[in-house]
Formats: sequence, C-alpha cells, structure tokens
Amino acid sequence: MHTFGYRANALLTFAITALAFICAIASFSDKFSNQNPSAEIQILNINRFKKQSHGNDEVSLTLDISADLQSLFTWNTKQLFVFVAAEYETPKNSLNQVSLWDAIIPDKELAKFRIQVSNKYRFIDQGQNLRGKEFNLTLHWHVMPKTGKMFADKIVMPGYSLPDAYR
Amino acid sequence: MGWIGETVDSIKSIQIRQLFTQAISLGMIVTSALIIWKALMCVTGSESPVVVVLSGSMEPGFKRGDILFLHMSKDPIRAGEIVVFNVDGRDIPIVHRVIKVHERENTGEVDVLTKGDNNYGDDRLLYAEGQLWLNRHHIMGRAVGFLPYVGWVTIIMTEKPIIKYILIGALGLLVITSKD
Repeated sequence: MHTFGYRANALLTFAITALAFICAIASFSDKFSNQNPSAEIQILNINRFKKQSHGNDEVSLTLDISADLQSLFTWNTKQLFVFVAAEYETPKNSLNQVSLWDAIIPDKELAKFRIQVSNKYRFIDQGQNLRGKEFNLTLHWHVMPKTGKMFADKIVMPGYSLPDAYR
Repeated sequence: MGWIGETVDSIKSIQIRQLFTQAISLGMIVTSALIIWKALMCVTGSESPVVVVLSGSMEPGFKRGDILFLHMSKDPIRAGEIVVFNVDGRDIPIVHRVIKVHERENTGEVDVLTKGDNNYGDDRLLYAEGQLWLNRHHIMGRAVGFLPYVGWVTIIMTEKPIIKYILIGALGLLVITSKD
C-alpha cells in the first residue's frame, strides 16, 4: 500500500495542486489593486504627409507622450505593454486602428515617462481619407502577469486632426 | 530492490478479472482527459484552447515553453490583442500582437496586421506571399491567460520522443500494478 511509487505520486499530485492554487490566488489578487493611470499626448510636428504612389495616404508625425502608469504594477505584474494608436472612421471602414508607437515597460520605476518620438510604425490609411481627418489618439496598455489572467485598458484622447493639404 | 520486487510480484499475480478492472480504469483516465479537452473547446470556442509558445518572438512577455489560454468570442478584434493565427501554407500557428485594424462599415470584415513584440518588423514576411492582411478566418483565438514553464513538458516530449515512451511506460506500469 505505502510503496515508494504511491508516496511519490501523492507528493507530486499535492505539490502540483498547491502550486496551481497559489497561481490562481496570485492572479485573483490583481483585482484588488487601485488603478489611476494618466496620460497626455501632443502632436509636435507633421513631418510628412503625402499620397503614396499606389494611392494610400501616409503621414509621419512626431509625438510627445507623457504617462504615469505606475499604479498598474502589482506584485504579479511581469511587464506592461504600452502602445499609442490613432483611431478614426472613414466612409469605407467603421474603425481604423493604426499603432504608431509601442514600448515594453519591465519595471515600475520606468512606468512614469515622457518621450518625444516620431511614429515607429507607418501611419497609412486604406484609401485617401486623411486630409483634414479628425482622429483620436489612444494610449492602450496590456498588463502581462507573472501568472494568470492578462488584462488591458486604455485612455482615449479625442480631438486631434490632420492638415487639409499634403505637405 | 524491494519496490521492483513487489512490482514484479504484482504483475505475476494478475488475474483475468483484475485485468478487466484495470483496463477499464485506464480507459476512464484516457476518456476523462478527452472529455476535459473537448469541454474546454466548447467553453472557449477555440479549436485549441491551450497553446505552447514555441518561439521567442514575443519575449520578454512570453518565453518558449510558456502556455497560453485562448478564447475565441464573437467580439471584434482590436489593436493590442494577442491573437493566435494560422497562415495559409503553414502548419504551425503563430502567437503575435495586433498592431493595425481596419474594420469594414457594412460587413464587419476586418483587415488585421500583427507583429511579435520582440521582432523588428511586422509580420507581412510571415504571411503567405502577396498577403498584406489577416482576416477573421485566419484567427484561431486570442490569448487571455498565461502560465509560465508548463509547456516545456510538451516541448521536451516532442523533441525527445524517448522520454515520452519512458513516461507512458511508467504510467502504464503504475496503472497495471495498482491494486485499488
């Protein structure tokens, strides 16, 4: 009855169950953290604004992004993935989301930052709808946990617009 | 020596009735595993509810050997979500993040562009030749949960099949020799 095999099996089963339970609790504890992130984005410059040779509008711009996301970090947070996306409507598409810049924040100390960058990914429309276009800039974040459930949220900043003519 | 001796003894003492009970209990284990997997498929709506990360393209978020829980709901796909997708002509699904979304006004059909967090450029090089966007039908699910290291078990077993056979053999022996 109490052979080596049985004992090893019981020990392993118990260890795995306990570990799974601890992981579940760690993930659940994320729900109780107080979160009050803030962000501000300004468009410093439109570097380039033209129609590509195959017909789609393309913009290059410089952004000034400042954000305080320190409150998103808990003891179960491995890293934060942050990105800024331009979001707008066109006659053809009910939603366009174009990621302009992103970053991985591995540490709470780095989660309060200010950065001036030009767009990391190309801002290209599906068509020629960008002249005079009003759009939102949205700061999204994805909290990647050490274990368990991932979650995400965003701050939407409306009221940006592009110039009326190519330059 | 004692343990091995007992094992050999108990194999010798197997009777036909006991053999049947053990075959049935083995069957129960296999079928209940199958039931759990199929139930997960129903609940998550994804044809593979759990995937193992095989490449480092999402580091440091997901490392090789981590496992991801997938969910496939009717919710529209949005930028920032981590999706698992199949590219035509490739067997192995890829786990990457959505960076661009263009959703049609009437049909709700989407054009999606993905990128691995750790990759320099977007995924157009991974897509089928001439393919610029992923559509809804390419996407198998989105990642909702994460568990580190557990996937190493399957990676080791696929890369070193001998370990798989040893493990299956040991489990089989354990079932055969158990008396309850």
